[in-house]
Amino acid sequence: MKRFLAFVLVAVLGVLIVLSLNSNSLFVPYGETDLANRVSEEYIDRSVTEETTVIYGESIDLESGPANTVTAIVADYRSFDTLGEVTVLFVSSLGVALLLGTLSSERMKLNFKPNFMLKTGSRLLFGVILMTGVYVIAHGHLTPGGGFPGGTMIASSILLLYLSDDSFRTKVKSFKALESVAGSLYVLLGLVGLFLFDYFLVNFLDNGVLGDLFSSGIIPIVYSLIGLKVGSEISGIIDHFLTEERV
Amino acid sequence: MLQYTAIALMMVGLYGLLTQRNVIKIIISLNVLEIGLNIFIISIGYVQDGVAPIFTGVYSTPSVGFVDPLPQALVLTAIVIGVGTTALGLALAKNIYNKYGTYDLDEMKEGQL
Repeated sequence: MKRFLAFVLVAVLGVLIVLSLNSNSLFVPYGETDLANRVSEEYIDRSVTEETTVIYGESIDLESGPANTVTAIVADYRSFDTLGEVTVLFVSSLGVALLLGTLSSERMKLNFKPNFMLKTGSRLLFGVILMTGVYVIAHGHLTPGGGFPGGTMIASSILLLYLSDDSFRTKVKSFKALESVAGSLYVLLGLVGLFLFDYFLVNFLDNGVLGDLFSSGIIPIVYSLIGLKVGSEISGIIDHFLTEERV
Repeated sequence: MLQYTAIALMMVGLYGLLTQRNVIKIIISLNVLEIGLNIFIISIGYVQDGVAPIFTGVYSTPSVGFVDPLPQALVLTAIVIGVGTTALGLALAKNIYNKYGTYDLDEMKEGQL
């Protein structure tokens, strides 16, 4: 009976959402989006006030330098939002540490005994995954990816070591230090922009040529800091989940 | 069509939230709801035959027709916050299991402390 009521409620809600979307003139059907009516047009053109044409490999000193427009929004136009986002992740890792942390912890025992092949193979793969994560972070302003996916890749390489060997334990304290240093440097970079230049988190370095590896000012630095912070935070969360209180 | 699929996915997640009594299944339902919402937001910005909004050697000017980058940037934020809430929820679930020995909300009794 309860399930039937829930089903009726969900079905009515779904039909209501679809009907209200279809009768709304502001809602664009799938694939018929016209970017000329949207603010994203200015993000792609890299100029809020003037009409410009962006060309890959030629445009110099644009308003925002990354070739990846999503990075330009996340780490430049809306960098302050990203600072808040990083703070949310920090608070959640703090909450996990508060809920699961103990004074003296030890590794949770796995249900199988890892053999030689598993240990060696996972150590080989660890390097590959770690390097992929670092590559994704370093090219965050040119290719898909960036600090958040790259940091998660670094954390997944740590998770691989945790799952394949039940005596493995990272140095959690150094991860905490890395996380704090990266987060503080992000805020400090913003404060440098606030006091020495125009406003908080302003891109005060040279933007360079669109598409170069060394371009777009402080954005690769900011994204590397975000990547280190996300990687160490999620590694800390993994460590808290795979350890238990020493009895 | 994709948008209706995303709404259906959201409704599946909501149905799971309303009916399930297992803590892990509730967290999974929350994730299904969130994924449906993310797909819906991204689908709003899709342009027919559009490419990813990244300037490369092949797509070197905006005239090739990029998709809307703003929903993607917002969904990036939403994914990260989803990871945070999931981690916190799973930590709570682990604590519940350590205390009551079960993940099921109905099987937990008040005197069982």
